[in-house]
Amino acid sequence: MQNSQISQLNEVSRRTALKLCATLGGLAVLGSGSGILRAAAASPGAGSAAERIVTTSCHVNCGSRCVLRAHVANDIITRIETDDSGTDEYGMHQVRACLRGRSMRKRVYAPERLKYPMIRVGKRGEANFKRVSWDEALDAIAAKMKDIKQRFGSEAFYLNYCTGNLGGMVSKSWPPAQTPVARLMNCWGGYLNHYGTYSTAQISGTMPYVYGANLGNAISDIVNSKLVVMFGNNPASTRMSGGGIIHDLLVARGKSGVRLVVVDPTYTDTAAVADEWIPIRPGTDAAFCAAIAHVLIAEGMVDQKFLDTYCVGFDEAHMPAGIPANSSYQAYVLGQGPDGLVKTPAWASPICGIPVETIVRLARQIGQSKPCCISQGWGVQRHANGEDACRAIATLAALTGNVGIAGGNTGAREGAFTIPFTLFPTLTNPVKDSISVFMWTDAITRGTDMTALRDGVRGRDQLKAPIKFIWNYAGNALINQHSDINRTAEILRDDSKCEMIVVHENFMTPSARFADILLPGTINLEENDFTVSEAASEMAYAIFEQKVIEPLFESRDIYTVCADVAKRLGVGEQFTEGRTREQWLQYLLDQSRPGLPDLPATLEEAWKLGVLKVKNPGPPYVAFKTFRDDPVANPLATPSGKIEIFSKKLWDIGHSWELPAGERIPAVPEFTEEPEGYLSPLRSKFPLQLVTFHYKQRTHSTYGNVPWLKEVAPQELWINPIDADTRSIRHGDPVRVFNDRGTSVIAAKVTPRVMPGVVLLPEGAWYAPDGAGHDHAGSANMLTSQHPSPLTKGNPQHSSLVEVARA
Amino acid sequence: MLKHPAFHIDVGTCTGCKTCMIACKDKNDLADGVKWRRVSEYAGGGWVKRTDGTVTQDVFAYYISVSCNHCEDPICVSVCPTTAMHKDESGIVLVDTTKCIGCHYCEWACPYRAPQYNAAAGVMSKCNFCIDYQREGKPPACVAACPTRSLTFGEYDDLKKRFGESALMAPLPDPSITKPNLFVTPGRTAKPMGSGNGSISNPEEV
Repeated sequence: MQNSQISQLNEVSRRTALKLCATLGGLAVLGSGSGILRAAAASPGAGSAAERIVTTSCHVNCGSRCVLRAHVANDIITRIETDDSGTDEYGMHQVRACLRGRSMRKRVYAPERLKYPMIRVGKRGEANFKRVSWDEALDAIAAKMKDIKQRFGSEAFYLNYCTGNLGGMVSKSWPPAQTPVARLMNCWGGYLNHYGTYSTAQISGTMPYVYGANLGNAISDIVNSKLVVMFGNNPASTRMSGGGIIHDLLVARGKSGVRLVVVDPTYTDTAAVADEWIPIRPGTDAAFCAAIAHVLIAEGMVDQKFLDTYCVGFDEAHMPAGIPANSSYQAYVLGQGPDGLVKTPAWASPICGIPVETIVRLARQIGQSKPCCISQGWGVQRHANGEDACRAIATLAALTGNVGIAGGNTGAREGAFTIPFTLFPTLTNPVKDSISVFMWTDAITRGTDMTALRDGVRGRDQLKAPIKFIWNYAGNALINQHSDINRTAEILRDDSKCEMIVVHENFMTPSARFADILLPGTINLEENDFTVSEAASEMAYAIFEQKVIEPLFESRDIYTVCADVAKRLGVGEQFTEGRTREQWLQYLLDQSRPGLPDLPATLEEAWKLGVLKVKNPGPPYVAFKTFRDDPVANPLATPSGKIEIFSKKLWDIGHSWELPAGERIPAVPEFTEEPEGYLSPLRSKFPLQLVTFHYKQRTHSTYGNVPWLKEVAPQELWINPIDADTRSIRHGDPVRVFNDRGTSVIAAKVTPRVMPGVVLLPEGAWYAPDGAGHDHAGSANMLTSQHPSPLTKGNPQHSSLVEVARA
Repeated sequence: MLKHPAFHIDVGTCTGCKTCMIACKDKNDLADGVKWRRVSEYAGGGWVKRTDGTVTQDVFAYYISVSCNHCEDPICVSVCPTTAMHKDESGIVLVDTTKCIGCHYCEWACPYRAPQYNAAAGVMSKCNFCIDYQREGKPPACVAACPTRSLTFGEYDDLKKRFGESALMAPLPDPSITKPNLFVTPGRTAKPMGSGNGSISNPEEV
């Protein structure tokens, strides 16, 4: 026993020495003569005696915010624990971090940390930089900003989609309008806006046509359901926090034992704890839903009273004026519309790959289980035809009268209980022009050609200026997370188009390599900040994150950087209003206290408190409940005030917008074929459908450089044994995944968990090109397309055809 | 400190997130490649492509998280040539690093692959059930970490009362070899011990 204790002590001192070396940039070498090592080793236990525990968080873009308790000795993080408070009773439960948060110190001390400001030398994208002082870097930024504003106006400045630090209140990278960068730009004339997100472009842009908003019941409400059907919803991977949705789901299901069915091309980690998995071909959900609707109609299982009272557009008797006959959803399903196809299970079956008997059985289960929770994740909509698919799923919820009631749902993603918190004020953007989040590369190459009717430009009929200046704070969508990396890289390499790219980042990411000015950013453990819960059903919370260690190297936080640029632009006082970062935090506490009386009075008290938890005082959230209770007094925010299964607004858009040949925007949720889908002729050349998914190794690309995570969850291409056999691929073999856009090389995971004809790549691996331009990291966006979806101009990340061969 | 600590894993709620693995690596500062706790993915079942363009399948997959089970009959202790591997008064199996010669016999003998080589120190290493945490009245790091609350620990007799006899399920070895202090609650798709229906499909991760 004593020996074990000794061994433990030695371990502590060794760890302390390793951390010190890591802090010094991974350059210092453990070995003889190291004064640091000797100092630590000479007094074992000295570090642990001085050890303190600081509450902080992981607040990257996974939809959750988790408590981290950082052990610190001599200003070095030695261990990361999570919330261990209380008894873990549900409702005031522990907000336990997932594997990524627990690996945080490997992220803080990663050898890829940027150490000092740098300016590009050589061609853009080659990642050749020279070290400069902060003053030199900021002077160069301010000078170029003035030059570009004079030549092109404020509309030429763009805040790229960046979600690496979205949970903070001051150091916030998303949404762009809530960031310190937006405040800086708003003090100085504004910037080109964007709408939508890479996560939810299609569903968040489409659900408002149906319901007036994009809302769903809390997942905890499935305790009231008789059946739960999840389309492409995988909270075990997308909401992994032990304080959030997967815990809420398992607790609710543990109470009621409700039957859970997962419809997904993959046997996901959620399917692993479900009752049934129905594999479906990617991009065919709308066909599946139409066939289910056919069974519901044919067998008298639609809730006609609900449809008559709360909906328009299901049948011909409830259509807006001026629309031709047989334009309703029922007419579409029964083959009375223009295509003349009856959407029977036999019609949908070969499209979706699902046997007729399975479609009929699920339809009957849905029709006979009241209430039934029908939900979808965001994978269904991230398709070229995703706008129709996500509406089709919502239509099933309406057909069965499950909207607005406990135990039911809208067909959308789950809602959550939240607490009000005042946001860092960013002032108003004088520029109203806005592009889809996915169209910024087009706005670089053909900005002034982009129009409202052709390209979804908002706020102006035609863009006034191309993008000439990009701010990229804490994001990797500049290269890695945007579709078609090869095309993006080609556009960015031409620095006569976009003339300056400023990247403020922790690491030398693929995006950082394309910077002109590269600024080292603090990690959130080097900052004081707050974060507020997002995706958690029954308990909301705020985490007061005290600075754990001093910023490493020359890294600076985004507030300081923006304040220093503002000064150079002559708007320093407007930007700061005389407040330091900490004074702004105190301001936010004070502003938030009227809505949240339990908030601490001072920052010191906040750091001491660590976490403030608030239990939902009422029942689980039910979306559109007031509408269901009284649709006349509480109409929806749609033109009719009702659920619009047929949307007159979409009808008008579909008849006025300029769309590429073969594309449509139907007014009811029809199954439309994707340019690269199961029915595409291109499948003769590239026969496999590539789908990406959220992987436990990373949150998108964040944490993609942490060796521990790569070790327990390596990047792999998932391929079915049938497809692997025909290509002589064995588990672990390196394979080439390719199409006309690019090639990525990665090891194969041969698994029955993905359906034949489909391959999976976890999204977010850091693009690692060789001399021939082939990626060797399994970076999915080597293969995805920049062709936007018809309505929301969103990213079709799951609509890519590929072939796979042994490398 | 418990008298007879044991682990319990509910395979029916484990989503294979591997937070237990990372919490263990962080707490114990494990070297690359050393995994005192391992999450195996056990998957199987097959696919039939039908002539009508549809597919049918009986696919299953589940995860099981295993560290050292601090067995009643620890084969690692019995094969150790130096008595470095020993069981303490609580039944926790520990390595006395002053005696260990790093011969790997324990690693080869253990059906759970619990003992692992610490190359830097030249000795074997393994899960110590977070004996330091337990003495402070805290749960082991892996248990405290589990986001789905699938992994728990407690007195052997209490766990036996709560969960009954442990399931004999694949891919776990026959418990009669070492008598592990591990209780397993199977999920819906659990396959019996020794089942040829599936295989560990993530050998590179464990």
